[in-house]
Amino acid sequence: MSLPTPMAATSPLTRLADHLYTRPRLLLWLLLLPPLAWLGVVYLGSLLTLLAYSFFSLDDFSGVISFEPTLRTYGQLFDGANLDIIGRTLAMAIAVTLADAAIAFPIAYYAARYARGRSKALFYLAVMLPLWSSYLVKVYAWKLILAREGILTWGAQHLGLGWLLDGVLALPVIGGPSLSISYLGTFLVFCYVWLPYMILPAQAALERVPGSLIEAAGDLGATPAQTFRTVIFPLALPGLIAGSIFTFSLTLGDYIIPQIIGNSSYFLGLAVYSQQGTAGNIPLAAALTVVPIAIMGIYLLSAKRMGAFDAL
Amino acid sequence: MRSDTLTSPLPLRITAFAGLLFLHLPLLLIFLYAFTTEEKSYQFPPPGLTGKWFAVAWGRQDIWDAIGLSLKIAAISTALALLLGTMAAAAVARARFFGRDAVTFLLLLPIALPGIITGISLRAAFNLMDLPFSFWTIVLGHATFCIVVVYNNAVARFRRTTGSLIEASMDLGADGFQTFRYVLLPGLATALLAGGMLAFALSFDEVIVTTFTAGQQATLPIWMLGELIRPRQRPLTNVVAIFVIAVTLLPILAAYYLARDADTVAGQGK
Repeated sequence: MSLPTPMAATSPLTRLADHLYTRPRLLLWLLLLPPLAWLGVVYLGSLLTLLAYSFFSLDDFSGVISFEPTLRTYGQLFDGANLDIIGRTLAMAIAVTLADAAIAFPIAYYAARYARGRSKALFYLAVMLPLWSSYLVKVYAWKLILAREGILTWGAQHLGLGWLLDGVLALPVIGGPSLSISYLGTFLVFCYVWLPYMILPAQAALERVPGSLIEAAGDLGATPAQTFRTVIFPLALPGLIAGSIFTFSLTLGDYIIPQIIGNSSYFLGLAVYSQQGTAGNIPLAAALTVVPIAIMGIYLLSAKRMGAFDAL
Repeated sequence: MRSDTLTSPLPLRITAFAGLLFLHLPLLLIFLYAFTTEEKSYQFPPPGLTGKWFAVAWGRQDIWDAIGLSLKIAAISTALALLLGTMAAAAVARARFFGRDAVTFLLLLPIALPGIITGISLRAAFNLMDLPFSFWTIVLGHATFCIVVVYNNAVARFRRTTGSLIEASMDLGADGFQTFRYVLLPGLATALLAGGMLAFALSFDEVIVTTFTAGQQATLPIWMLGELIRPRQRPLTNVVAIFVIAVTLLPILAAYYLARDADTVAGQGK
């Protein structure tokens, strides 16, 4: 009986709370305004600035950015050197995505279909920890592995496989003086670093394949291989595509891995980085940045058609 | 389902575990090389083992400065992200409004686009505004991509908090602030803690955006990047790498357990 009635509450804070409770719209906008202001001004503002810069150009003689709207900078994207960079980056992104899908699928399949209870939690952690652990540390670990005097060469020699390693390194294009100075090395590190991004969506998609569907396929006389090909894989495909969004976009934008491991040929990210840094050519850097955005836009649209967003 | 009702085919088990080994073995090498006596190359096996690099690292002022800067930036970015991310989550989870999908899209954008785009955009904007690089330009970038981490954790929890709890609290005479303090916040606390720790780890480890928004300041990842490109005392980088692994992994493990416990509680209610 000693409970205060709501009417008796009159402290200013209470009145403010009541005022807000009776006006949910006002409360909503009060909550939304600060985060939207932050993202709208800091993030969208910067993105638009970048976009605007891509329509300016760098004066070749004075090295000063001229703020006259022009498409000249976009025209430079079609120079031989820049086309090479774009082609090389795309090829790398496709190769990395395919390799990651191949490595990730068995892990995701095992975790989704066979791991139960404790081992399932362990599997999840085993994928999550590398995903969140330091990016630079992961890249550094591969510098140790791929170095000419490192563990891989040592292992190959002790297993009597030195000829194989030398043979691989002697291959044109992907080879080089050592794994840490070759496309193959860059490719390996990209695969390693983005692998968890492929496993998690693939696993999520596989989890949702109903067990009854697989039993039904078996009951109707499908062999396990047929069940896999006609039931499980098509249902898991959106998950793999969702994962490929990450592996593809992360490879397109990365500029650290090719800088540390590789034969110092340019990838898109690295080109952007050096254009804005040493060259001071922010317009060209901005135009180069629009390339991965455009590629990802096309990629996302087609991924959406294939239902990949439900698997995210 | 009991674990013995399904046995996995052997080739599948082998490829799955080989994949996991591929994910984890490389990190072990970091630990081994922190003890090597060879500082000029990555010779394997190490010619000798020593613990001196830990002492050398301890005495290096540039490493301490980098750690201090990284911790400060991570702390402030996390605090900002907690505030903004929770507000956004509360708004998006509890109400339907015009442009709601656009708002969630905007929140996700900073991690959906590659970091280099965030980085160079910020740099272009600073350049245009003649804003000198400073501690705060780094925080500006970090907080932007940390918001979404907090938001993701908080919005999932808000969605599971039933509206009837809030109504019951109001019916019993609590005002809006009391309801937030005594009803919503206790349920939200672990999600915020988890989101906050993930944001902290993310910021502490971030290098891609930071290279564009830092001037002369070296955060710990920037310091490491410098050592990777131009190595000096190589095992020193390993000592720092071990420190980074510890600082990022412990919060992530803790966040995992916090989020997991809450999930099982919510699952029991179904």
